[in-house]
Amino acid sequence: MSTASTGARAPVVLLAGNPNAGKTTLFNALTGARARTGNYPGVTVERRVGRWPLATSSVELVDLPGSYSLTTRSREEAVAIEAILPEASASAPSAVVVVADSSTLERHLYFAVQILEVGLPTVLALNLADEAEAGGVRIDTAALSAKLGCPVVSVSARAGTGLVALGEALATTLLATTLLATTLEGPELKGAAVPAPITLELGADTEACVASVAAVIDPDGKRTPSHRRTLAMLALLSTPEHDEDLVVRPAVRAAVEEARRQRPAIEHEIIGARYTLVDSLLDGVVTRAARKGPSMTERLDGALTHPVLGLLAFFVVMTGLFQALFAWSEPLVSFVEDAVAGLQDLTRAILPEGALANLLVEGVIAGAGNVVVFVPQIAILSLFLIVLEDTGYLARVALVIDRLMGSVGLHGRAFVPLLSGFACAVPAVIATRTIENRRDRLLTMLALPLMSCSARLPVYILVVAVAFPADGSWLGLSTGAIALLSMYTLSVVTTLSAAAIMRRTVLKGPRPTMILELPPYRLPVLRNLLRATWDRTWQFLVNAGTVIVAITIVLWALLNMPGSPEAVAEHDVAVAEAEGQLVGEALDARIFELDSQLAETEMERSIGGTIGRWMEPVIAPLGFDWKIGVGLLASFAAREVLVSTLGIVYGVGDEADEASEPLRDRLRSARRPDGTPVFTPLVGVSLMVFFVLAAQCMSTLAVVRRESGSWKWALFMLTYMNTLAYVASLAVYQGGLLLGLG
Amino acid sequence: MLLTELARGHSARVVAIRAERSVSTRLMELGLLPGGTVRLVRVAPLGDPLVIAVRGAELSVRASEARHIEIERIAP
Repeated sequence: MSTASTGARAPVVLLAGNPNAGKTTLFNALTGARARTGNYPGVTVERRVGRWPLATSSVELVDLPGSYSLTTRSREEAVAIEAILPEASASAPSAVVVVADSSTLERHLYFAVQILEVGLPTVLALNLADEAEAGGVRIDTAALSAKLGCPVVSVSARAGTGLVALGEALATTLLATTLLATTLEGPELKGAAVPAPITLELGADTEACVASVAAVIDPDGKRTPSHRRTLAMLALLSTPEHDEDLVVRPAVRAAVEEARRQRPAIEHEIIGARYTLVDSLLDGVVTRAARKGPSMTERLDGALTHPVLGLLAFFVVMTGLFQALFAWSEPLVSFVEDAVAGLQDLTRAILPEGALANLLVEGVIAGAGNVVVFVPQIAILSLFLIVLEDTGYLARVALVIDRLMGSVGLHGRAFVPLLSGFACAVPAVIATRTIENRRDRLLTMLALPLMSCSARLPVYILVVAVAFPADGSWLGLSTGAIALLSMYTLSVVTTLSAAAIMRRTVLKGPRPTMILELPPYRLPVLRNLLRATWDRTWQFLVNAGTVIVAITIVLWALLNMPGSPEAVAEHDVAVAEAEGQLVGEALDARIFELDSQLAETEMERSIGGTIGRWMEPVIAPLGFDWKIGVGLLASFAAREVLVSTLGIVYGVGDEADEASEPLRDRLRSARRPDGTPVFTPLVGVSLMVFFVLAAQCMSTLAVVRRESGSWKWALFMLTYMNTLAYVASLAVYQGGLLLGLG
Repeated sequence: MLLTELARGHSARVVAIRAERSVSTRLMELGLLPGGTVRLVRVAPLGDPLVIAVRGAELSVRASEARHIEIERIAP
C-alpha cells in the first residue's frame, strides 16, 4: 500500500479559483521555474503546468483559467469543467486546490462550494492572507475546515507564507484518498470512493427538474449519480447559445428548456441555494474589524476614475506606454540589428561565396533577425500591460473608455492594444489576450493592423519628399505635414469603421456583457511580471517565428533567383577596367555605381522582378509601375523594406533609406515610357493610401494566425485589407485623374 | 426603482433581475441575487458603466444592463 509506485506519473492536481485571487502568484510560488506553458486543445487558452515538490513526493500542478463558476458560456469556459469532470474517468485529476481571496470569501466561496460538490479531494487555500489581516479580517480556518469537510490553509503567495502547510495538507489528502481507494473493494464502490462532503439542498420541485436533466446528461452511463446531478445543475445554468463551438446534445438542450419552462426561476433557486450555503458556512467563521475611513483602493479610485483627474492620469499612462514602445525599444532594436549584421558578416567570411552562403545570410539569418527584432517591443508592451493588469488599473481603463469603444462595437479592453498598433501591430495583436471573449478579441485583432504602425512612417516620409514639391504649403502647413496627418486620420477612421462593419457582418453576435470585476489596487509581483513577459516572448519566437523565417526565405528566393551570370560577368569586367583607370574616392564611387547597377539588373531579372512586370497591368490603374510592384512584393517582409527595395530597383544600392538624397533624386526624376514622371503628387497619395490600408506584414500575419488559432482568420485579414487597399487606391488615383489632379 | 436611479454611495435591496438569461445568470453567480444587497459605488465619467459593490467585491456593469435590475431602497 505504498503511496508512490516506481515509474508512476506524478498525481495531477488542478489549481482553480476566481480571477484576482492571486492564483497566478501562488502557481509561480509553488512551481518556481519548473513550469511550462501550452494550450488547451482547440482553444487559445493558456495551459500552465508545473511540478510542485511536496515533502516526500511531487505533483503536477495544472493552472486552470480563473473562473467565477463552473457554468459555461463559451468554449474557453468549458475548459475548467472538462478538466475537473473529464469524460474518461481515468484522466480525472487526483485533487483540486481551490484558491480564494480571504477578504472576499462571501463571493469567492461560491466557486469553492461548486468544486466541493463534485467530490474530488479538495484543499482550500485562503490566499492574500496578508491583505486580509491588514484589512482587519479574521478567519477561523479550523472551524471552516470542519464545516467544509476539507483542509483549509491560510496562505500568502506574495509573502511566501503558508505554502509548506498547503503542501502538507495536499499530501495528507492525497494519501487519504489512495488509502481509501486501496482498502475499498469492488468496482461498484470505486466511483463513490470519496463521498462528496457538500451536497446542495434544493426544494423538492427544483430537485425534480434537476433530476429530469440528470437523466439524459450521461447517455453512456459512465458517471456516478452525484456527478450527474452536478452536471445537470451546470447545464441548467449554462448558456451555450453564444458560442457555436459549444456542442450541447439535443436531448440535454430539450430537458433544460423543459425544466426552465416548468420553473422559470430555476437559476435563481440553484444559485440562491448555493449562496445560502456559503453564508451558513461563513457564519461565525469570519470576523471583520470595523473599517476606519476609506481604503487605499477607494481613495485611489476617487482620483483615477474622476472625470478630469482620471482622464489626465490615463493620458499620462498612455504617453508612458508610447514612450516605452518607441524610444526605449530603439536602442534594443539597434542592438539586435547590429548583432544580426555581425552574424551575417561572420558567415560570409567563413563560407565560400555562392548560393549556399547567400541563402544562409540573406534567407535564414535575415529571417531569424526579422523575428528577434520584435522581441524588445513585445517584451516592453507585455511587461507594461501585465503591470497595468496586475495593479488593477487596466480594469479601470476599460471602465473609463468602454462607452467610446462600445459605439464601434469594441470592448473597453481593446483600447490599449489598438493604441499600441501605432507603434507596431505585432505586440499589439499579442496584447489582445486581455480580452477574454473570443469574438471581441478576434475583432480587435483583425482591425488593429489598420492603425498606422511605425514601419509605415519611412514610406510616408519618402513618398512625401519625392512626390510633393518641397516648398508647397496650404493654410500655413507644409503639404508634407498635411499628407502625414491625413494618413494617420485615415488609418484611425478606417480601423474603427472596419471594426464596426465586421461586428455586424463576419463577427456578428450579441454584444457580450462586460461585467468586469474591479480588484483592489495591488502592487504587482516581480516574479509574475518576469514569468509572463518571458512566456509571451518565447511563444512568439517559437510560433510566429517559424512562419516569419519561412516567408523571409521565400521572398529572398523570389528576389534573388535565378540570378544573372551575364550581368555578373559584365560587372566584373567593368570593375577591372575601373581599377585600371581610377584610384581612391573616384574608384570607390565608380565601384559603388557598378555594384548598384548589378543589383538593379539582377532584381529586374529575378522571379520577383518578373512578377512585378506581370503585376504592372493590375496596379497601373492605381498609378503604380512594375518597380513599385516589386517594392510592394518585397515589403511583405516588413513595410519599411519598400524603401530599400526601391533603392535597389532604381540603382542606388541597398543601403538607401528614406532620407537618402540619391534615392530621392532618382525617384523624382524617374520617368514612364511616355516621359511623364512616375511619382506625381497623385501617385504619392495613392501609394500612401495603399500603405495605410494594405496587409503587408508577414509578421502580423504570423501572430494573427497564432493568436486566432488558425490560418483562416489570418488569410481573411490579408484578403479584406488588400482588397480595401486596392479599391481605395484605385478610387483615389482614378478619381484624381478625373478631377484633373494628375 | 431601477439600479440606474440609485444615488451614489447608497445601498438597496435587489427585487428582480429582468435581463437576458446569460446576463442575469452571470450577475447572480457574482452574488447579485434578488433579496440581496447592492451599493452604488460610482458612475464612470461618461455616465456608463456603473460600479456596484456586491458581496464585498466591486463590479462594473453597463447602464444598459443595470436598467434591467429592479431595486428598492433600504431604510437607513
